[in-house]
Amino acid sequence: MQRKFGNPVWRVLVLTCLLGVVLGCAPDGESLTVPPAPEPAQLILASHDSFNLSEEVLIQFEESRNVDVQYLALGDAGEALNKLILSREDPLADVVFGVDNTFLSRALDADMFIAYESPLLAAIPDELELDPDHFLLPADFGFINLNADRMWFAERDIPLPASLEDLTQPAYKGLLVVQNPATSSPGLAFLLATISHFGEDGWRDFWQALRANDVLVTSGWSDAYFEHFTVGSGGGGTKPLVVSYSTSPPADVLYATDGRQEPASVNVNLPLGTFRQIEFVGILKGTPNLELAQAFVDFMLDIPAQEDIPLNMFVYPANQDAALPELFVQFAEVPSDPASMDSAAIEMNRETWIEEWTRIMLR
Amino acid sequence: MTARRPWRSALLWALAPIAFLSWFYFFPLVRIVETSLAHGLTHEAGWRAALPDWETVVQVFSFTFRQALISTGLTLAAGLPIAWWAKHRGVPGQRTIQVMLTLPFVMPTVVVAAAFSALVGPGGLLNLWAMRLFGLSDPPIELLHTFSLIILAHLFYNVSVVVRIVSGFWRELDPRLRMAASVLGANPIRQWLSVELPLILPSLLSASLLVFLFCFSSFGIILLLGGLRFATVEVEIYRQAVSFFNLPTAAFLSLLQLAVTFATMKIYTQLQHDSGRALAVNIGEVAGYQSQHGLRVARWLALPVGLFACLLLLPLFALAFQSVSLGDQGWTLQYYTSLFQDVERGAFLASPGAAMGNSLRIALLTMLLSLALGTCMAYAVSEAPPKLGRWLDPIFLLPLGTSAVTLGLGFIIAMGPLRRSPWLVPIAHSLIATPFVLRVMLPSLRRLPPSLRAASGVLGASPWRTWFSIDLPLLVPALTVAGVFAFAVSLGEFGASLLVSRPQHPTMPLMIYRFLGMPGLMNLGMAMAMGTILMVVAGCSMYLLDRLPVNIREF
Repeated sequence: MQRKFGNPVWRVLVLTCLLGVVLGCAPDGESLTVPPAPEPAQLILASHDSFNLSEEVLIQFEESRNVDVQYLALGDAGEALNKLILSREDPLADVVFGVDNTFLSRALDADMFIAYESPLLAAIPDELELDPDHFLLPADFGFINLNADRMWFAERDIPLPASLEDLTQPAYKGLLVVQNPATSSPGLAFLLATISHFGEDGWRDFWQALRANDVLVTSGWSDAYFEHFTVGSGGGGTKPLVVSYSTSPPADVLYATDGRQEPASVNVNLPLGTFRQIEFVGILKGTPNLELAQAFVDFMLDIPAQEDIPLNMFVYPANQDAALPELFVQFAEVPSDPASMDSAAIEMNRETWIEEWTRIMLR
Repeated sequence: MTARRPWRSALLWALAPIAFLSWFYFFPLVRIVETSLAHGLTHEAGWRAALPDWETVVQVFSFTFRQALISTGLTLAAGLPIAWWAKHRGVPGQRTIQVMLTLPFVMPTVVVAAAFSALVGPGGLLNLWAMRLFGLSDPPIELLHTFSLIILAHLFYNVSVVVRIVSGFWRELDPRLRMAASVLGANPIRQWLSVELPLILPSLLSASLLVFLFCFSSFGIILLLGGLRFATVEVEIYRQAVSFFNLPTAAFLSLLQLAVTFATMKIYTQLQHDSGRALAVNIGEVAGYQSQHGLRVARWLALPVGLFACLLLLPLFALAFQSVSLGDQGWTLQYYTSLFQDVERGAFLASPGAAMGNSLRIALLTMLLSLALGTCMAYAVSEAPPKLGRWLDPIFLLPLGTSAVTLGLGFIIAMGPLRRSPWLVPIAHSLIATPFVLRVMLPSLRRLPPSLRAASGVLGASPWRTWFSIDLPLLVPALTVAGVFAFAVSLGEFGASLLVSRPQHPTMPLMIYRFLGMPGLMNLGMAMAMGTILMVVAGCSMYLLDRLPVNIREF
């Protein structure tokens, strides 16, 4: 038996060990702990999972400053913020990008940022500057609205909805898909828009009516858009109306498979029925590279990065001097009258509203 | 090695696993619970305000239990016949079907949910065909956001756990026991009920415990396929910890979840302990023998079992179909070509090729690490006196029943500079994979006949020599099954939520999430194409892993 088994087992064992050694020597060329920064210096940027920037834009900053920018993705916007708050004694990063106005007061309450009055704030509209102390600086914004399947409505000769109230009409029965506000940030934004529009007294009735009108609720944006929205699913979905972003139609052209020049979806910006999501950038307390972090914030707010942001993250630049890409000008009109909602009110009531909403939609 | 000093020997084996668990599991867990409760104490309304309302807790726990029990029962019922079929050697198509059944295990939930939706959703393929075929105006299949779909998805994910673990164990059973029963006049049903079933029971229990634990902590499937109406404990913890940042409540729920899973596992491992028998291993002269009659039946069954497997795997076919389909406008390969085109994807995204390399490298590291640790655990448990073993076993299984959200936050505060290190990825995957290794190895280890080791000792072999020439060769089949699962756990990114991800070094599932985060048909198509590639890569690697020990045996 020893003869039969011993020899080949040896071989496999030796092979395995060799493999282990080979693998062990080459894990991305990094050692067990983060090495002490030689040259170039290292700047760590923490953000949510959808952060992106073009290589050639980032390289300008990295080369001019002799720095290597590392990006850590910390989950969705809420998850990322929670992780940063938990680790504030021993910060994960130098700069944070992507805290939005629904989480602004939670972030500011945690007292973990260093104020920085960037000279570039001059080019950013005052209405975006929600934090007067400049702990968090507005970097971009987007709108949560409804996207509609243009052809679907045209073929059936049904007009696009003109108000939030319309969505509860029989003509729009079973046409809308929204996201669960407990697990999705556009879902929460849409709920906030309806609360702001109908007020503390009326929003529950609206959602009850919406439920009676067969609204479909999914857990996240991607299952709503890719599985159920007729345009986003490429034909498999059955819902011609979806809660999404006003910048989704440009993406329908940019990421088209048939070379279409015009999106199949259009924005339905209902009066006072859209929500403006502003994303902020800030410097974390405890950064060893304060000067470098400030330079990075300036870089993110300056025109090259601001002009690069729209087609990478599908949001509008905060810097007014940044030019919009042609696709945005054509297909991503900015809603004129978004709902208004104070960050502190959101933080205070989020849990109650979500719990109540859940009860309404389940009862 | 020596059975005379069981405490010492068990503790020696347990040393490495305990050190590993203390550092990467207990320490972060304690830190996060401590921090959360401190958070609660400073809460204005006092920490009592942090307690969830009991009615919800009871409701959530009873749903979690119910769905996990039903899922486990049905998975066993579906898996057992396939396992019987798969235990026969030399049946055509067997290996392929085994590998295919394991594929769901590596698929990210979003992709599986999309595939299910493409198949049975209101506008899905089956509904469209049914409507066209029978001239219906409404889709006949209404599965979306139902309890049945959750159970179906759990079945889809877990059937291979039963098939692989049970068939691997069954195949190594000593056929002489059954022959003896036959000679003594037992009919086939009697033979199965009083001889085979009790002998394979340990592996059945192992498999069902793993399936149960997986379903118990189910998260993505519940959210994506169950919709709003269903919430497991894990979903509730996520809501509390992430949406509401209500850490005390989340910590409280996590502890409760931990206590419940621990109690379940304690009872379970007790059962398993009582059912182990050290006599039934297929060695030496009868290796390779199998009943010709059974083999004939198995051959005949190849087609029906294959069809059943295909039915179970329909969502995967739907996925592959979507990755080359343009809807009504025919077929395309453009998703694949644009995936591999060298386009500017941004400073923080690597190529799909790099993602494939990362995934495979991490999966191999995870496999080696968890095989080593899991084997030590299995020895520790099997050598330990019953009193100690009954505690060690459930403790080793704990990571599988712990909330990933909570543990992930624990990593953030407890791991220091290591939390950004690429090494943490295989380590976190191993936390999930080692319980698999342990559960697969333990039944095989327990049935090793002590007489063989004793004989080896009498003939003058050192303990190491005995282990190397007796234990190891006999454990190779179980090691293979365990290795495949550890590999699959890592490829499928179980426990990814534990980690801070570094998109410059993406894995395949991470890239899929990236694509699904942006609108546009090309992104959807590329996600499906990447999913299909993941499926092919996983299939090929598992096929090779399956072949490895056969080559050793045939040598």
